Amino acid sequence: MSRAETTPGVRHRTSGLALLGSEITVLFRRRRTWALLAALAAVPVLIAIAVRLSSDSETGNGGPAFLGDITQNGLFVSLTALAVSMPLFLPLTVGVVAGDTVAGEANLGTLRYLLVAPAGRVRLLLVKFAGAAAFCLAATLIVVVAGVAIGAALFPIGPVTLLSGDVVGVGGFALRAALFVAYVTLSLLGLSAIGMFASTLTTVPVGAMAATIVISAASQIVGVIPQLEAIHPWLFSHYWLGFADLMRNPIGFESFADNAVLQLGYIAVFGALIYGRFSTKDILS
Amino acid sequence: MSTAELAIETHGLSKTFGRQRVVDDLALAVPRGSVFGFLGPNGSGKTTTIRMLLGLASAGAGDIRLLGEPIPDAAAEVLPRVGALVEGPAFYPFLSGRANLARLDTADRYAPSKTRAARVDAALDRVGLGHAADKKAHAYSLGMKQRLGLANALLAPRDLLVLDEPTNGLDPQGTREVRALIRSLADDGATVFVSSHLLAEIEQVCTHIGVMSTGRLVAQGSLDELRAEGTVRVTVHTPDRDQARGVLAALGLAPDHSRDDTVTAELVPGVLAEGVTEALVLAGVRVRGLTVAGASLEDRFVALTGEGFDVAG
Repeated sequence: MSRAETTPGVRHRTSGLALLGSEITVLFRRRRTWALLAALAAVPVLIAIAVRLSSDSETGNGGPAFLGDITQNGLFVSLTALAVSMPLFLPLTVGVVAGDTVAGEANLGTLRYLLVAPAGRVRLLLVKFAGAAAFCLAATLIVVVAGVAIGAALFPIGPVTLLSGDVVGVGGFALRAALFVAYVTLSLLGLSAIGMFASTLTTVPVGAMAATIVISAASQIVGVIPQLEAIHPWLFSHYWLGFADLMRNPIGFESFADNAVLQLGYIAVFGALIYGRFSTKDILS
Repeated sequence: MSTAELAIETHGLSKTFGRQRVVDDLALAVPRGSVFGFLGPNGSGKTTTIRMLLGLASAGAGDIRLLGEPIPDAAAEVLPRVGALVEGPAFYPFLSGRANLARLDTADRYAPSKTRAARVDAALDRVGLGHAADKKAHAYSLGMKQRLGLANALLAPRDLLVLDEPTNGLDPQGTREVRALIRSLADDGATVFVSSHLLAEIEQVCTHIGVMSTGRLVAQGSLDELRAEGTVRVTVHTPDRDQARGVLAALGLAPDHSRDDTVTAELVPGVLAEGVTEALVLAGVRVRGLTVAGASLEDRFVALTGEGFDVAG
């Protein structure tokens, strides 16, 4: 610990990516994160078992997207599970993780130590958002992976008949499943930004989590009220269930693109709010 | 003292919460290489000052220089050279002590990843936590958490350490160890800025002291300067009590009215202890002994900060 080592000229700035690695490691080392992912993985398992037990009865219309296709092809369990999880389970878990980003650190008191390290406020926010986005991806992936696994275990697997009537092999399905994952992950990013903003407003993580989940529910409720049609395209949940086009041939990217623009818009607006709120905030926790 | 010689320098530093002025016109001057004791009762504005020094809270008014650089503008370059313990340690309860330190170390862009594991282990050993490195932080006792907090401040070579109540929650043995740690840090050339509400806990290691009271810095300087500022009392042991009293009064002092064989008076400017001796001898007063005592630092702090300042230790 000599002073010669500590002169600024001798010490070099690193890329700073270590903090991102640490953020993701810490996130996925938490038992809570695994509990959330396990709950999500249970969705396709429950759907598959329920369909298997009642496979003799009607599997026609009604129920979530792709439900009727499961008995013909187990791969559809994954897509059905995504459609079922989108309105509630996925926003719930994303609300927990995004609501915890800043408020959780403030609550533990580790926020002040990260900042005096110094993490840099903007850098910390970027890392926190990247961590939340990583969780969105993991949450979506686990639903699809668990769905494919349980579907393969309980139902026949084979070429997939698309909504457009074309038939693609397992490879074609894998491509579409990957697009589904990308679509759903993207759909959750706007909500993540909202959750992170709520997280900068309080030092009580549960409050930020609850607020995020309530906002998600409110957006979907507004989305089904016809009288409010004028604002529907502006709701972050507007395209949440618009992934059916990905199951056509050729693949329809229209709602994917619209969704991307919308989510980026939310990230930009709430990113600005987060910056405005957090960049000069007194950290007193 | 020029800027380059000061590790911490503030001018007119103030902070207001609502209508309460918690820090008022602070002019701190912490010389490089010193161990600066930042004293004051709970709620006197010490922690708020430290938060502003470290860029956690914005200054309401005034400016701050840390190691010669302005805060918060140069925080990204200066803070890697500053180790800090602010308002108690804080950790991720679900991570081990070692993983906690590694996590916080990644936040420092100047901390090389290659040496991280070695630096974490060295810091843990330095605070005596090597044996508990793999325990989850939630299983740590208060004293162990305090040590882990200190280890976090020592993850990299530091020019300045800002330690807010580092002995909180430690037993007497732990308190001694922290003092030894502060001494060794100072021996390595670092400046140590240590806050406490207990004078007794840090007086032995400090070279300089600043005293806060209700948001204001009421005294600041080296230990010797502060001791010299205090009043000096002379106590005469004599069988001729009343005569001695008369001599002291004639010198312009205000002798007390004790009933035993001693007479005590505070010296006033212009009257030295040797002058008192001379006057007593000339007056033929028989003297068994004469003692001169400066006010203890404790007395001084009680005088500066008023009631409620827990200096008893």
